Amino acid sequence: MHALEFRNVDFAYSEEGKRDFCIKKLNFTVEEGEFVAVLGHNGSGKSTLARLSNGILASDGGEIRVFDSVLTDKNLFDIRKQVGVVFQNPDNQTVASIVEDDVAFGAENIALPREEIGRRIDFALKAVGMEEFRRATVARLSGGQKQRVAIAGVLALKPRIMILDESTAMLDPKGRREIANVALRLNKEEKITVLFITHFMEEALLADRAVVMNRGEIVMEGTPREIFSRHEELLTYNLTLPRIGRICKSLSEGGMSVNDTLDIDTLADEIARDIKGDSAL
Amino acid sequence: MRIVCENLSYTYNEGSPFAAKALDGVTLTIEEGEFFGVIGHTGSGKSTFVQHLNGLLRLPTSLKKYKPKKRKKSENEAPMSVLRVGEFDLTSKNTDFRALRKRVGMVFQYPEYQLFAETVEKDVAFGLENFAEKGQKPTEEEVKRAVSDALATVGLDYNEVASKSPFDLSGGQKRRVAIAGVIVTKPEVLILDEPAAGLDPLGKQELMELLHKIHGDWCKTVVIVSHDMDEIAENCTRAAVFSEGKIAMCASPKELFSHAEELLSLGLDIPLTAKLVLALKERGIEIDCDYTVEDFVQKVLARKGGRA
Repeated sequence: MHALEFRNVDFAYSEEGKRDFCIKKLNFTVEEGEFVAVLGHNGSGKSTLARLSNGILASDGGEIRVFDSVLTDKNLFDIRKQVGVVFQNPDNQTVASIVEDDVAFGAENIALPREEIGRRIDFALKAVGMEEFRRATVARLSGGQKQRVAIAGVLALKPRIMILDESTAMLDPKGRREIANVALRLNKEEKITVLFITHFMEEALLADRAVVMNRGEIVMEGTPREIFSRHEELLTYNLTLPRIGRICKSLSEGGMSVNDTLDIDTLADEIARDIKGDSAL
Repeated sequence: MRIVCENLSYTYNEGSPFAAKALDGVTLTIEEGEFFGVIGHTGSGKSTFVQHLNGLLRLPTSLKKYKPKKRKKSENEAPMSVLRVGEFDLTSKNTDFRALRKRVGMVFQYPEYQLFAETVEKDVAFGLENFAEKGQKPTEEEVKRAVSDALATVGLDYNEVASKSPFDLSGGQKRRVAIAGVIVTKPEVLILDEPAAGLDPLGKQELMELLHKIHGDWCKTVVIVSHDMDEIAENCTRAAVFSEGKIAMCASPKELFSHAEELLSLGLDIPLTAKLVLALKERGIEIDCDYTVEDFVQKVLARKGGRA
């Protein structure tokens, strides 16, 4: 079943009568249980895609379907329970001063019974590995921890789709790894469909499938490996290869027999084989 | 301007239950002309350190209310702190901190969040007008020229953006405007806290090129705080590693990343090239490079065909 489907979706940010198309006739599907990375330079329409998916922005044309129901004004709130979005800045996404109150906020707003809210807080904090911080002050957490609390707040609504809109951009490397691991675990263990929007090419490698956006259109699609093997094309969309890809490319241009790989150990093996193999001759 | 720092310590909320020691006896010299990197994980004291460099955080001895203690020196008293930036002595009450700040520019993390004026021109001119001495207010012409220079330096066209609201620009442009607002006074030392964070890969590359361009020009010293070790390896002359308020290491990237295991044990990342060097070492191949991608590739290719 399609978890998320865009059919000919248009969207324009209008300003003083001028309409500047941001998304043009976008067709895009995400299958249930998939982990999809969305890449693209600043202003390519990635965040607009995220915001259209749960009705934060309303499309100007076309159809958005979430688990086969068309997103309309009437079912907006039901759809939002199913599609959770986590944004970039951890500080902008917390509403309460204590972790458990913050996680409960969404669940309280959909008027769940008290016991159920308690259970959901337990579940959500456990899923992001923050159980010990239940009664901690949000302001005193690190960026990665705050971002995990933000994810927990979305999880408390038991969404079936989770969209992380550059949620790792403001974090340090450790925080980034925490968030990427949480997203992977939610996908594998809780079977939540994940849409992971990122600027870090390395993070895209975690995904089952990656799409590249440019000027509001999807211009490339495939496994991360396939996408990164098309270097020249990536460059035309103002994207770069992950560093390891660039090293592979330069080495093979220099005449070394290395395959395109995105794994450090594989590359080291190949370099070693080349250097040692030749010297054995 | 040479930056000399000895025994610098700083505690947030001193004397309260939330007291947190952020710097603990930091000793470090940054020579004029360096492109210096400051690394360390979150909470290691790197931002606290750079905020001292233009007097945003002040040593207690430089504050008006400070009174020297008359009691006898005890044995275990902390040694005197030294903090000098060029001719400015930041431990003294008599220092002109305004003049210092004019010459030491500071770009915070996510500087685009600090844009505030109605137009790009007003926003960029703000620092310039406020740093002007009394009675020497720059004329409209001078302001316009300085703003247009600053915008050109960061790669924006004055005629195109000056009258726009900074909030209508794209993320990358906003950051450039914010940086223009700092460099408009042409500071000799420019400090940037994670300047490339949150930009797309190409934006990052352009930003680093921009910094090198400024560095070769009127700006003598650049200090960047970064989490991105690849960025440090590719750009910096030297880098200091902060850990728990102390300096764990300070060396050129080449030397720094040859201690990769040590950095990893501090919970820090290492550049990809260093990871590859480590992995090759395990396979019995020693590569001696300066950890930039080009040098690594060159050194590896030199070994091709067993010419070791």
